[in-house]
Amino acid sequence: MNEPERPSPEALLRAAAREGRGRLKIFLGAAPGVGKTWEMLTEGHQRRAAGVDVVVGVVETHGRRETGALVEGHEIVARRTVDHVGHTLGEMDIDAILARAPALVLVDELAHTNAPGSRHPKRYQDVEELLDAGIDVCSTLNIQHVESLNDVVASFTRVRVRETVPDSILEQAEIEVVDIPPDELIERLRDGKVYVPHEATRALGHFFSKSNLTALRELALRRAAQAVDAQMLEHVRAHALAGSFAVGERIVVAVSEHPHAAGLVRAGKRMADALRAPWTAVHIETRRDQHFSDGERRQLADTLALASRLGASTASIPAAGVVEGLGGFAKDARATQIVIGKSHRSWWFEARHGSVVDRLVRTIGDVAVHVLPSGEPVDSGRKPERRRGQRWGQWGHPGHYLGALLMVAAMTVLGRLLVEVIDLGNIALLYLIPVMFAAASLSLRAGLFAGLASSLAYNFFFLPPTGTLTVANPENVISILVLLGVAVVTSQFAARVRAQADLAGASARQNAALASFSRQLTAAATQDELMQAICAEVARLLDVRAVLLLPSLAGPDLAAAYPPEDRMDQIELAAAQWAIDNEQPAGRGSATLTASDWLFHPLRASAASGRGVMAVLGIAREDAGDPVRSDEVPLLMSLLDQASIAFDRMALEEENLKAQAVGERDRLRAALLSSVSHDLRTPLTTILTAAQEFRTHPSPDLVETIDAEAQRLNRFVANLLDMARVEAGALPMKPEATDLFDAVASAVHDTRGALQGRQIDLDIAPDIPLVRLDPVLLHHCLINLLDNAGRYGEPGTPILVRCRRSPGALRLSVIDRGPGIPPGQEKRVFETFTRLEGSDRVRHGTGLGLAIVKGFAEAMGLSVEAANAEDPFGACFTIRIPEALIIRHLDNEDMP
Amino acid sequence: MKTRHKVLIVDDEPHIRRLIQTALGRADYATVEAGNARETMERLREERPDLVLLDLGLPDRDGLELVPLIKKETDATLIIVSARDATDEKVAALDLGADDYLTKPFDTDELLARLRVALRHRMARGGGVSAVTAGDVSIDLMERRITKAGREVHLTPKEYAVVAQLAQHPGRVITHHQIMMQVWPSENERHVEYLRVLVRSLRQKLEDDPQRPQIIGNEIGVGYRLHVSPE
Repeated sequence: MNEPERPSPEALLRAAAREGRGRLKIFLGAAPGVGKTWEMLTEGHQRRAAGVDVVVGVVETHGRRETGALVEGHEIVARRTVDHVGHTLGEMDIDAILARAPALVLVDELAHTNAPGSRHPKRYQDVEELLDAGIDVCSTLNIQHVESLNDVVASFTRVRVRETVPDSILEQAEIEVVDIPPDELIERLRDGKVYVPHEATRALGHFFSKSNLTALRELALRRAAQAVDAQMLEHVRAHALAGSFAVGERIVVAVSEHPHAAGLVRAGKRMADALRAPWTAVHIETRRDQHFSDGERRQLADTLALASRLGASTASIPAAGVVEGLGGFAKDARATQIVIGKSHRSWWFEARHGSVVDRLVRTIGDVAVHVLPSGEPVDSGRKPERRRGQRWGQWGHPGHYLGALLMVAAMTVLGRLLVEVIDLGNIALLYLIPVMFAAASLSLRAGLFAGLASSLAYNFFFLPPTGTLTVANPENVISILVLLGVAVVTSQFAARVRAQADLAGASARQNAALASFSRQLTAAATQDELMQAICAEVARLLDVRAVLLLPSLAGPDLAAAYPPEDRMDQIELAAAQWAIDNEQPAGRGSATLTASDWLFHPLRASAASGRGVMAVLGIAREDAGDPVRSDEVPLLMSLLDQASIAFDRMALEEENLKAQAVGERDRLRAALLSSVSHDLRTPLTTILTAAQEFRTHPSPDLVETIDAEAQRLNRFVANLLDMARVEAGALPMKPEATDLFDAVASAVHDTRGALQGRQIDLDIAPDIPLVRLDPVLLHHCLINLLDNAGRYGEPGTPILVRCRRSPGALRLSVIDRGPGIPPGQEKRVFETFTRLEGSDRVRHGTGLGLAIVKGFAEAMGLSVEAANAEDPFGACFTIRIPEALIIRHLDNEDMP
Repeated sequence: MKTRHKVLIVDDEPHIRRLIQTALGRADYATVEAGNARETMERLREERPDLVLLDLGLPDRDGLELVPLIKKETDATLIIVSARDATDEKVAALDLGADDYLTKPFDTDELLARLRVALRHRMARGGGVSAVTAGDVSIDLMERRITKAGREVHLTPKEYAVVAQLAQHPGRVITHHQIMMQVWPSENERHVEYLRVLVRSLRQKLEDDPQRPQIIGNEIGVGYRLHVSPE
């Protein structure tokens, strides 16, 4: 592969990610006592002298006076005390430092493990958070704490260090090697000037041997040089400096559930560094995975996590077999090197199946395969746990054997019936049927068992002399052997078919789960529904408890949960907040705030939207175990992706709706302004003019004018207020039993002024039932309809108010005798500020009335329609009151 | 010469107070004014008005809270002035003891009519109302007799209870709750539905045209009012 001339996007992204991030400087030493802390403090003083705001986050002086003196000139952020099993431990107070926000903070012993209950298990994670906050950090580290060198150091010092720092930390740091010659260090040790960690004391003599120190020193110098190399490479990539780099190499490390796999991963890291190649740790999921114990699952997850920390990408690939899966993956990833551990199979297994390594080498073609010895497990504190689902040990379920036996027995009975008709040799063939069934539907062992049972039954019941296991004819011995052989081979094939079907089934189930998840999320119409659907589906698919929290100023806000959950502990909320702030998982099973019972994953919006973390998904197991099994991690990741996309989509839709609403509101506002300026000013002008005129020429006509215009203004303002209430969407509703006679009579009464004596005919059946409505809103509807009829009906013509029962409803209509509604405009008349074309006469009013009728009616659950009435012709507006609002007919007799 | 009635006008708008004062002055009422709750209580004690016209929107206190205080302090008739759609507020004030209400904006004629009705009722309170006339309907509360155009109308006991309740406060609005308390002593039997049915059948018996009631008026969302003929 050719290195492109233009800047590599990944390198640019990494460079961009570092912008605004603090810089890390590590003082790297070969061993304790070389003076790292001293160097760091000295650097701190120099920077302070240069005007940099420096504080000490944490420094261990180990009682050394020179160091203590150096600390004294610095501002020290007080440590946070943590009580742990009776001890009081002082840990770096990261919140205090973040609040203090210095330019540079000095943090001793980067590899330190924090006391349980701290925010991060490891101090380097604290440092990462400080860097993320834009604070520069100086820290100290001994070479044996570097993750990828852990095995190497242990191999010659025989001291295994448990506190390790991932290489990725070193790769982003400026490294200064603090170096003194081994002889001098040994002298300082003898003078008691070196503080030695307790666990190292027993190996002290050995550890501080000259040869060890020399080796460690070499490692430190080499690692520092490598870091410089890596940084140079990054720089070159980011700036596309011409130059040749061997980037063609890609390394794949195959990891299993064995504890040794961690060693493979470290070896892969070293190889990747040496070759400057990208690398991937891959686990091939086969049927075996289903029988993993929890310990094995955890081990596998740990190994993959280690690889990820060391800079590998990780993958878990389902396949029928390790060789097929690894081969396919290596091909897809265009791997050039594969690292694999030596298998632990017995010679017998390998004789039958061929060794994985052999088959891999044979099938994989042009890829270098590195087989590493596995040695004894480095950390075999754990006893192997019994695998789940294998209560019956390696021999399998007794039911399977019983099933196989029954099938053979049935075939024997059938054979006895057919023995007169068909040849003895063909009966042997018939016995292959139960063998195949048992192998395909039960298990491989059951198939083999059926083969054995078949040959015995064949011998006993069919081969002369029948009833014994002796075989008279030597030819028949061959028949039995052939039967047995065919049975063995057949059952192997059948069992393999079954295994593939199982695997395909598992994969299909996962796909089906994702599809159903996606469907559920798409069906959600509101964000609340969406959140509830996400929780319910995640809970169902992973068999966990699930919650969703929304970020808010007051902290994460519990928004949905399945099964229902109404509060979260402080510690859970802290983890959720951390996940929001850092856009990283937090809580149990993650690297941060592991004391929480819940695991929180942020749902991130797409980068383009700029919405950041939209919500946090929390999951926990009912039994407070690890929330996610390692084999469920890919499914969880897919679910998180889909949930994020659904959230993003929902937010986008809401934004669009808002934009639409804003557009609609602008249109309304413009219409309102033009309407208001006309409809308010006209009566006001008339009133003002009339009042002035009245001063000089008092006359009753002027008073009439003022009165009429004031009434008109009053109605208009009332309508504006009503419309505002409709628009606000919060009409106060107080439905009560209402008599339509009352409603109509009141409306007629209240519009008598506006209608100026126009005749109103009532056509209401005397037994019309009561309805349950808000009487005030109904009153406004009727007033506006009457008002409208009065305005558009021909002068002098009557208005008809009619109430009829129709199937499933009551129809209350107001009918005028006017020009009617232009065809096709029946719906538009109810829109705000519509005054219909074709109504040539200038009418009073603002076009608000009918919109109010519609708004109020719909708020009460009624519908409105406009049509033209024939004979006499005119507009007919109808309020339709559905059956549900009609009160069952009541009589005096029904009354208490 | 009868004594002039004294009216306390409570409103935070000086313009409105002045207009009402002018109108009442012409109708031969004596007036006192108050612009907030504190002044209202002071004027009540000092002036002992016969009637209080109370606008519920006061700057220093919720007008509704004032209703029971006023009723406790004096026996003045209390008329509430309230916005058009505030039915809840009206009902609450009436149930708290207010005698009637006026809806803003109102005209002077309406105001004066209400005042007359309320004060007449106040005068009669000593002996109680014994008979009222509404159109061609006469209601004799002593005899428990109702006639329409001189002919006796037969009412069921519950119908009579409703009419009697309205007739005891002629011209004044009575809330649904107040009527139902009298007609149905048991609380869980009180439903507006029943009252509506009763009123509908009463109108059949008393009104000339039940579709356009002239005698039993409906106050939307509040209650009923018996429109009595002026004496």
